[in-house]
Amino acid sequence: MDFRKAGLLETEYGAICMELDREPNETELKIFGVMWSEHCSYKSSRPLLRLFPKEGPAVLKGVGENAGVVDAGDGWGLAFKVESHNHPSAVEPYQGAATGVGGIIRDILAMGARPMASMDGLFFGKPGSPKTAILSNGIVKGVGGYGNCVGVPTVGGKTLYDAHYEDNPLLNAFCIGLVDSSRIVSSQTAEPGNLVVLLGSRTGRDGIGGAAFASVELGEDTKSSRPQVQIGDPFVEKLLIEACLEALDLGLVTSMQDMGAAGITSSASEIAAKSGVGMVIDLDSVPLREPDMSAWEIALSESQERMLLIVRPEKLDQVLALGRKWDLEAALIGKTVEGDRFILEKGGTVAVDLPASLIGGGCPEIDWPSARPSELEARQAYEPGEDTTGRNLESDLLGLLSSPSLRDKTWITRQYDSMVQVNTVMGPGAPVSLVRIKENGNLVALTMEALPWACHLDPFRGGYETMARSLRPIWLTGARHLGMTNCLNFPSPENREQFWEFAESVRGLAECCKDLSCPVVSGNVSLYNETAGSPILPTPLVCSVGLIPAGRKALLPGGWKEGDVLYLAGMDNAAIPGSHFQATRIGKIAGRPIPPSPEMELDFMERALRTAEMEIADSAIPILGGGLGIALCKEAVSSKIGADVRFETPTTSPVTLFAEGGARALYAVPQRNAFAFLQVWKGFPLRRIGTVGGDELRIPGIPPQSLKRLEETWRGD
Amino acid sequence: MRFRAHVLVSLKEGVLDTQGKAVLVSLRNMGHSNVSDVRVGKSIEVTVEGASKEDAVRQVEAMCDDLLVNPLIESRSVTLGEF
Amino acid sequence: MKAAVVVFPGSNCDRDVLHALRDVAGIQTSAVWHKETSLPENTGLVVLPGGFSYGDYLRSGAMAARSPILGAVREHARIGRLVLGICNGFQVLTEAGLLPGALLANSSLEFICSPCFLKVEKTDTPFTNAYRTGEIVQFPIAHHEGLFFLPEEELDDLENRGQVVFRYASPEGNAGPDYSPNGALNGIAGIVNRGGNVLGLMPHPERASEDILGCSDGLGMWNSVKSWLEGR
Repeated sequence: MDFRKAGLLETEYGAICMELDREPNETELKIFGVMWSEHCSYKSSRPLLRLFPKEGPAVLKGVGENAGVVDAGDGWGLAFKVESHNHPSAVEPYQGAATGVGGIIRDILAMGARPMASMDGLFFGKPGSPKTAILSNGIVKGVGGYGNCVGVPTVGGKTLYDAHYEDNPLLNAFCIGLVDSSRIVSSQTAEPGNLVVLLGSRTGRDGIGGAAFASVELGEDTKSSRPQVQIGDPFVEKLLIEACLEALDLGLVTSMQDMGAAGITSSASEIAAKSGVGMVIDLDSVPLREPDMSAWEIALSESQERMLLIVRPEKLDQVLALGRKWDLEAALIGKTVEGDRFILEKGGTVAVDLPASLIGGGCPEIDWPSARPSELEARQAYEPGEDTTGRNLESDLLGLLSSPSLRDKTWITRQYDSMVQVNTVMGPGAPVSLVRIKENGNLVALTMEALPWACHLDPFRGGYETMARSLRPIWLTGARHLGMTNCLNFPSPENREQFWEFAESVRGLAECCKDLSCPVVSGNVSLYNETAGSPILPTPLVCSVGLIPAGRKALLPGGWKEGDVLYLAGMDNAAIPGSHFQATRIGKIAGRPIPPSPEMELDFMERALRTAEMEIADSAIPILGGGLGIALCKEAVSSKIGADVRFETPTTSPVTLFAEGGARALYAVPQRNAFAFLQVWKGFPLRRIGTVGGDELRIPGIPPQSLKRLEETWRGD
Repeated sequence: MRFRAHVLVSLKEGVLDTQGKAVLVSLRNMGHSNVSDVRVGKSIEVTVEGASKEDAVRQVEAMCDDLLVNPLIESRSVTLGEF
Repeated sequence: MKAAVVVFPGSNCDRDVLHALRDVAGIQTSAVWHKETSLPENTGLVVLPGGFSYGDYLRSGAMAARSPILGAVREHARIGRLVLGICNGFQVLTEAGLLPGALLANSSLEFICSPCFLKVEKTDTPFTNAYRTGEIVQFPIAHHEGLFFLPEEELDDLENRGQVVFRYASPEGNAGPDYSPNGALNGIAGIVNRGGNVLGLMPHPERASEDILGCSDGLGMWNSVKSWLEGR
């Protein structure tokens, strides 16, 4: 077979032959084709990922494992990660989404953690287009269908509509789980003389070559790609979760790995390489679902709901018994040995014999050429005021409030069980999700953020603002951040200008992480998101995690009370470029988002934390998409009370209401605490902008809006 | 001998068929104006070893009684083919 | 007496119920695997929890209802001890014939997770005597098959015998089918058997047992069963 058919570059083939000192056989070639694909090897992104800071006082397990783990206090850890499942969701939305959720849950389980919450980032095309309706419906049903059955609550997420995602929808699935810090599972702890057990579903032909396929742009006829899509079974996954956690409780397992892209090959070779052992797998002992599967099919199958367990020989019987208890297939398929050979046998002969480290880690990095987009100048050309004069503010406010990206998402989130596991303190619909840890009473704060419009205009500033914007809601609740995970969704890196945008976005994210001391503990990269030359917008997605110590009350939005004073804390330089206002109301984004202000962010953080800790505010909401205007509306509707808003300027400008960017928050403070609040914020830009009361939201320049009207507009009733 | 039994499980008359109703509305919206009713049921194929056709049917009917059919809301018909 | 929570393959809310009973209400509670054929000694209350037993495959609760443990649950009910089925547990009880009726797919054909108001219509049961008759409580729902169904005549009998314990309602106190989020006939959310010792309901009281999670109306149920258990 020609190496090109396997999806390899000539340089890659050369590197393989040189390392092996021979040509690979056909099965081995197919293995490299999949393992050295972009999706599995990260060959285009590894140099950029090295920019991320990975250490921090709260990091228990950093990058390099299935998921990162941060310290949740009292001997507990939080394992979390976000992963994409974009291409499969474009082809088969329900199963693509379902298996995306299933896959990330298994990554968390593989750390020895009980999955405790999920979030999902959804990026759809033009709202109202038939294609968007089909894709979004299927994806939402898939996320719910899988997540609900498997018993992990979906507590938040992000949804955005833009024509650039029309043929390339994105699904980024995040999961977080709780693990006993003394019992975190590692892929580095296998020893020679262990046994390899496959637990879970039978192996079929699902997704054969799905990983390689993920790195290839979607062609015109996606229907013919169907056989490559994996089918999920959330019931079996639930059994797998319980069985694996029980195996850990009983001390039966020395290492564990989930099987995702490239199935048995990637999980087994990864353990071998990371633990520094060799492995011999007998493919004939893998329980099969379909007859006559060849060696490469078994080796690369992406059948879902399978885990690889590394077990000491004396524990094997107990593991097999556990499989029987949970009605899961448990099969002894191999053993670990001294050395570093990864050997697959079939029919008594050796089908594959490769150095373990070459398979997963040996792919040469690609240094794609990079070039600043020639039209960047034109994109950034913007006269302040060019799109904000002569606007009907009422129409803009209500238009934004009802826009598909900003409006109420209950129609989506009520299809997800957000309450199972009885830990959800603040669920979907809020700017930050809060989940409690029963074991120690600490509260976990979770956010998910992405700003493709800002990244399109200025990827560095957009990346920076994305990261900062994911942290501010966490700080407002009173939580300190512990770490983040990210999913980098970009089009083809082979286009110089697109690669530049990719690199600059990562640079922006990384810079912010360094400035604000937020380590990256895990992540995922999804490239080649484009169809027939139509690329997605640069979409780096960030999920940040923070912790509120037990006994402290979280400061939440939706708490406006009669008589509260409204304060806007934050800088004045928020801008229109890249905002929802520009994208949705003007229909053309232009200009540059604001530059980073790390000192202001850190200053804001400390004051926000202190405000929450002192319990002097009734309510706090970060200024996010849609700007101050939307924040005011959301607070009024969820608090069920209006407000009298006053600005210093004689007329209200769209900039005041809809500009975005920078550390800004809207606080509602009872009169009696106003002095204490002002003390906390002394020396930081702060404006009193009104008083809470009545049943209307009165904003200068806009006719008073009844709560009823705002609610109906937001909910789309 | 091996037989393949085909069990068709339908909702009893008088039981709300919300799925059928939704499908009916969709079909009508697509232009199939002559459709007056849609009932959505289940098809279960059971491969079973039996001494004879009658034996196989008897086994499958027992499976229906034991698990496959909820008699409060469902009715069934069993047909048999050679494997 | 003590409480026991049955765990079926695919049960999700067993740990939630254990937490509500044991950690919040202070009732001694243990988990029981579905393959067991007897309940722990001195069990006064058996709970069949929510979740997706057997993935909800074939019919929700159908396969769980045929589990080995059901024999012991039936006997437990026969001698007058308490059985509580929540959500999927309610579905199991109807499939097992311990409660009349069936739970069909929601009329919207969508899964719905939402807060929900209920009218407590029957308070002379060991599950609800801590509530006032007619009280409006909030328990969240999260289900795909919550449409309670009985043929018309049997439905009338059920109503006439006063077996409806919880009915979907508005916060102001109006109850009935108009307030049902899933199309349940007569707005029925929860019923009890003729003996008054087996209760099934679709909403989740264990999710309404702590203020930090939003609501603690569910405590009334646990306090009711706790007094019953302590009295024996």
